[in-house]
Amino acid sequence: MRREALLNLVLFALLPATALIALALDEPFIITLATKAAILAVAGVGLNIALGLGGLVSFGHAAFFGLGGYAMGILASHAQSYVPLMESPFLIEGTKSMLVIWCVAIVTSALAALAIGALSLRTTGVYFIMITLAFGQMLYYFAISWPAYGGEDGLSIYVRNGFPGLNTLDPIQFFAITFCVLALVLFGAGRLARSPFGLALSATRQNAVRVETVGLAPYRLRLVAFVISGAVTGLAGALFADLNRFVSPTMFSWQTSGEIMVFVILGGVGRLFGPVAGAALFILLEHVLGGLSDYWHVYLGVLLLLVVLFARGGMIGTLAGREVAHD
Amino acid sequence: MTEPLLKLDDLHKSFGALKATDGVSLTLRPGEIHALIGPNGAGKSTLIQQIAGGLRSDSGTVHFAGHDVTALSTVARARAGLGRTFQISSLAMEYTVLQNAVLGALGQEGRVMRFFRPVMKDAALLEKAKAALERVGLMEQAAKRTADLSHGQRRQLEVAVALTLSPRVFLMDEPMAGLGASGSKRLTGFLEGLRAEAPILLVEHDMDAVFALADRISVLVYGQIIATGTAEEIRRNPDVREAYLGAEDAA
Amino acid sequence: MSTILLIEQVLNGLQSGVMLFLMAAGLTLIFGVMGLINLAHGSLYMIGAFAAAAVAGATGSFVLALIAALAAAAAAGALVELLVIRRLYDRDHLDQVLATFALILIFSEGTRFVFGSFPLFLDVPAALSGPITLPGGIQYPLYRLVIIAVGLAVAAGLFLLIARTRIGIQIRAGEADREMIAALGIDIGRLYTLVFALGAALAGLAGALVGAIQSVQVGMGEPVLILAFVVIVIGGIGSIKGALIGALLVGLTDTLGGVLLPVLFSSFMDASVATSVGSSLASMSIYILMAGVLLFKPTGLFGEA
Repeated sequence: MRREALLNLVLFALLPATALIALALDEPFIITLATKAAILAVAGVGLNIALGLGGLVSFGHAAFFGLGGYAMGILASHAQSYVPLMESPFLIEGTKSMLVIWCVAIVTSALAALAIGALSLRTTGVYFIMITLAFGQMLYYFAISWPAYGGEDGLSIYVRNGFPGLNTLDPIQFFAITFCVLALVLFGAGRLARSPFGLALSATRQNAVRVETVGLAPYRLRLVAFVISGAVTGLAGALFADLNRFVSPTMFSWQTSGEIMVFVILGGVGRLFGPVAGAALFILLEHVLGGLSDYWHVYLGVLLLLVVLFARGGMIGTLAGREVAHD
Repeated sequence: MTEPLLKLDDLHKSFGALKATDGVSLTLRPGEIHALIGPNGAGKSTLIQQIAGGLRSDSGTVHFAGHDVTALSTVARARAGLGRTFQISSLAMEYTVLQNAVLGALGQEGRVMRFFRPVMKDAALLEKAKAALERVGLMEQAAKRTADLSHGQRRQLEVAVALTLSPRVFLMDEPMAGLGASGSKRLTGFLEGLRAEAPILLVEHDMDAVFALADRISVLVYGQIIATGTAEEIRRNPDVREAYLGAEDAA
Repeated sequence: MSTILLIEQVLNGLQSGVMLFLMAAGLTLIFGVMGLINLAHGSLYMIGAFAAAAVAGATGSFVLALIAALAAAAAAGALVELLVIRRLYDRDHLDQVLATFALILIFSEGTRFVFGSFPLFLDVPAALSGPITLPGGIQYPLYRLVIIAVGLAVAAGLFLLIARTRIGIQIRAGEADREMIAALGIDIGRLYTLVFALGAALAGLAGALVGAIQSVQVGMGEPVLILAFVVIVIGGIGSIKGALIGALLVGLTDTLGGVLLPVLFSSFMDASVATSVGSSLASMSIYILMAGVLLFKPTGLFGEA
């Protein structure tokens, strides 16, 4: 079996294995860590569609992460306070159903990505990086200022949202939900990369002029990629808010955008399981190194610097070598 | 006379005070190879851009297969059937030869917004891609990474991708560039066979290839076409001799 | 809103604008000459502030503190350029963003390690601490006026440097065609280190000057960095003139918006809500301004097409 495929299998098994072992050892906190890694991996897979496949350096993906989180926060808070969101022209009540919330998160993020992408993709290079950063910041300041949902202090949701047939407060069951989402997202992203769209999008990253010359429009390809990417990251945001039962403007911050990019790079940008490796590594560093030293961010910074300068392919790139062409 | 497939009418393009294209008119008839030659700095690259769609002309029109494409983008012109190859190979370097060819076939087919089925298993696209690779003689390298190809092989791939478009017109920018003697000979033979499929506007410096292939030759000097005619006519044309050899004659 | 208050706010906007200019000028020079996007610029601002606070605390002299700020920031800049930034010139923007983001992490935590998590205090020097009476009877803090003056003086100095000196010519040439100046025998390595250190010094100076009116703490540089990026995008990357105009525009929008919008909102909202909504909307307005500029002029007001 090819090295990368083998590595992917190991990574795929890593999270559930960790969770199950933690269950056996009665360490619910470790299960929660695995859940967090799975959720961050979903966010990373989302970003990777735009960044790894499409070559779009979006420094504002936290915009979608935050929107997903706030979609959850707003719907759940209205449900827990029994006050409807809107009464006229039609009644919209809150909800604590995960499935509904996920749909809302996905649609909201997709629409936002459509709007942000349509404007930002008219620019290139540094300007694109800056304008995506700006949109993220806009949402950040907006969230801080909007008093109805906690403003700067954020919003707490007392009870985890519901999933039919499961007790979502049980760590292992919530893990199972998030892991299934990750698995589905990975499957989708994998198929996307090998699809006609994926071929064209990746070609746009390599040589946009070539793509034009064969009669395909780079702008449209990039925009669709950006929308899909935003939607997936939004879903991760909703899950993240659910995990912490808390949503705050920090989810929109540029540091969050940077962090998501960091996991993708550490794991291996453009590799399907890169975000899984990166998120797992990040959580590991956060808790192991963080336990040892209050200043663990320094080590993260040094690691990131070393990876960027010397090990561009990230973890997967270094372990599995150059990417093999699909089929 | 049959309707020309490509018609340039009084094209102009200036960059500030520099008149890169100064009233160029040209036609390309079905089945012909029309070579465009000229000394360096004549404005060939600018003209190609104006034909392919990368540069908007200041005035003048470009008619392609009877339609006015002057305002259309590169993408639109490619979709209309303009197959272009580049002087400096412009390919997706990370992809294999086959993937580049499939990309071309995908562009021609146009149904790119499909997100699920593996593209490299799509029978129709593969057939087209492989047929094009067969024709240029690259099938054996199908699985090779484009970045690992030799210069000559990349030129072949460029032509193959252009073929997958089933173009109505070929716009070739110095395809012989960088090829050795045997490579040029092979490509010359290939292009000879290609003209039946679609006429070729061939921008070239390699005079052997030009005189061997071209039905008509146009000479571009300082943004203007100073002569158009058969190889013989051009060889004997005094203005052309002066443009190319002027300094030596005077000396 | 009285005229006096308005004028005060305009002056505040100018003050904030010139400080932004110091940051933005460095950033735009670095990008224009070296093609490098540098997220760590905020850290250099922070280093300047911390150096100033430390030296002022130890010696009591504000002048020494400023010198320390310039020296520390320039030294840090030069060091970082030689060790890290050098390797990034040929890399793509993603690599530059990530590597300099890594530098932010290292600098921030490093500073926290050395100085702790609590803010340091840098006092406005006694000689400049009072108000000054301006024509029209307006009282305005002398220190802030001095900041405006220093900022404008630096701007003038920069324009002269770029337009009149040999280094300036090298910088302008470097912005136009990097390969060419190497071919002409100019020591690119030295030029780049110099430009980077210059940008760093400007950032450090801004950090020290502002540190006296706001607190000196880890992370103080990043909000300013983001604004500086907005400034250079609006002004056009690589243009010092654009940086100045953009900085003044952003500074005034931020300050005046932060004051005027709450007033506007308090006419139909209660005061505390109006303040927070208004000031946040003012923060958003800067980004809206930037997005607007980019849509009409994708390379900024004075950038090259």
